[in-house]
Amino acid sequence: MTLEHPKLTLGPLHFHWPAARRRDFYARVADEAPVDTVVLGEVVCSKRAPFFDSHIPEVAERLRRGGKEVVLGSLALVMQARERQSVMDLAASDDFLVEANDLTAVAACAGQPHAIGPMVAVYNPSTLELMARQGATRMCLPGELTADAIGALAGAAMATGTQLEVQAFGRLPLAISARCYHARAHGLHKDGCRYVCEKHPDGMDLDTLDGAPFLTVNGVQTLSGSYLDLLGDLGRLRALGVSRFRLSPQDCDMVAVAETFRAVLDGILPMAPARDRLRDLCPGRRFSNGFLHGVEGMAYRAAAI
Amino acid sequence: MTTASLSLVCPAGTPAALDAAVEAGADAVYCGFADATNARNFPGLNFSPVEMRAAVARTHRAGRSLYIAINTFPRAGEEAIWHRAVDSAAEAGADAVILADLGLLAYAQATHPSLRLHLSVQAAASTPEAIRYLAQTFGVQRVVLPRVLTLAEVTELTAAVAPVETEVFAFGGMCVMAEGRCQLSSYVTGQSPNTHGVCSPAGAVQFRREPGGDVTARLGDVTIDRHPAGAPAGYPTLCKGRFRANATTGYLFEEPTSLNAAEHIPGLIRAGVRALKIEGRQRGRAYVARVVGEFRRAIDAAVTGGFTVPDLASEMEGGRATAGAYDRRWR
Repeated sequence: MTLEHPKLTLGPLHFHWPAARRRDFYARVADEAPVDTVVLGEVVCSKRAPFFDSHIPEVAERLRRGGKEVVLGSLALVMQARERQSVMDLAASDDFLVEANDLTAVAACAGQPHAIGPMVAVYNPSTLELMARQGATRMCLPGELTADAIGALAGAAMATGTQLEVQAFGRLPLAISARCYHARAHGLHKDGCRYVCEKHPDGMDLDTLDGAPFLTVNGVQTLSGSYLDLLGDLGRLRALGVSRFRLSPQDCDMVAVAETFRAVLDGILPMAPARDRLRDLCPGRRFSNGFLHGVEGMAYRAAAI
Repeated sequence: MTTASLSLVCPAGTPAALDAAVEAGADAVYCGFADATNARNFPGLNFSPVEMRAAVARTHRAGRSLYIAINTFPRAGEEAIWHRAVDSAAEAGADAVILADLGLLAYAQATHPSLRLHLSVQAAASTPEAIRYLAQTFGVQRVVLPRVLTLAEVTELTAAVAPVETEVFAFGGMCVMAEGRCQLSSYVTGQSPNTHGVCSPAGAVQFRREPGGDVTARLGDVTIDRHPAGAPAGYPTLCKGRFRANATTGYLFEEPTSLNAAEHIPGLIRAGVRALKIEGRQRGRAYVARVVGEFRRAIDAAVTGGFTVPDLASEMEGGRATAGAYDRRWR
């Protein structure tokens, strides 16, 4: 069996970086990162969107000139009228594929080609097939799925011509809330948050009472404290039929991270040096891949080669 | 306006709790099968298909309704278990099934076209667009709203989605994360509400006595809270634990507290909400009887005049309550 050349997607930036930094980041990605697709847009908190929305056309154009496909991600939790309107506007866009991150966007995109993001509940082939019938051409699966579940979903993906994507690097989005924990930890409410989330370009560490690192707070979003590392699992996932791997932007050299994953996927870089390189690129970070192996997500299991 | 306009939907994890809920004035009772198809998959809880048939018969004799929650996400490759649960619910004569998974909604609609479909809170439908889409696609007739909305937003949404009915949580355990979209429990234990119907499962909980006398509550390998020996300590639900961030230590997500929206009953009636839901299929019959009885009296008083907020402090986690997202300041 020949496998489609696996593609790399740079996922949406979850953190509240200043607009200038975002522009610089994407400019470098456009010029240097060996990724095929970039997901743009504020997916975590609608209060942040005005800071970067006006830059998106220019950044998207730059990325396209660099040969990247640009996808626009929708907000993960939609409640207010203006948030709903932004989802409707996004879905009406003819220029870009939209990645739906909640059921509002799933509804708005039904009947036209679109992608499904990892914060939408796709847990089984029936749901995958239903979404494919509604126009979904690509799905990035929820982080908590096991390899067995991904295998079962891959069969349905192949039968429906759906591209299956799995996050392979970065903090995993684990929860979303109406409440802002970043504001709460600073004695503030969401309405008067003073954008304190901007202080933490890689999210705010949340530790246990024993001082052990645990989770990462990013405004209304809670992410894993560890970085997902599926370098050792790429071969197995490709064999199952996963055709795309997502790298979630962190506060590190993402171009070098993408080069490392690309080199492993292309068979140029063996596993051991790749793993060492990834750890050098993310000093002080812990890594996990437990979900894929059917155990607690925060665990790290060496892959059977 | 009659009392029929606001239905009181009550939990039952056992036949005894079901009888207590009916006696105390529940308009409808919701139950689950004893497996991973429901979001309270706890040992010793829930109903076999035979018990469910008997429960439906008893509830109907009392003139009330019975809903069956099949509100986890079918595991890939094991969907037959979830399909059987929907079949059993239809055979038992349930008045509605409460579903979250889109694929399962499609199965129920195709296989049992006369079975009434309610959308579980776990499906996370928070906007008119999402709800109308689910109503049009699957024939969903009622939506249990996520606990993320303010009273003003609930009011607006209820008007916007009619004739689809809305149901809201009024009392009991409270997720602070958007329901059906939280993988914190599986990150620590390998089991989550979506995959196994459990959050912070008891099998992963450990209480460890420290040399100084304190008791540490742990979930998997993670310390969730610590109390002096003998001090009251709640169940170590992950998001109700104490953690450190930004140089502060405390309940950074939420205190160990219960949702109590009883004060909002008149407002929810004005909003046109169809049903109030009490959480707690894992609770005993005494709890069910007391909470359901208080809410029955409060709803009736709100309709006939003379509403006062019921006193339910003794039934709240840590004796504390919050109106949660119904108040905008909670956010």
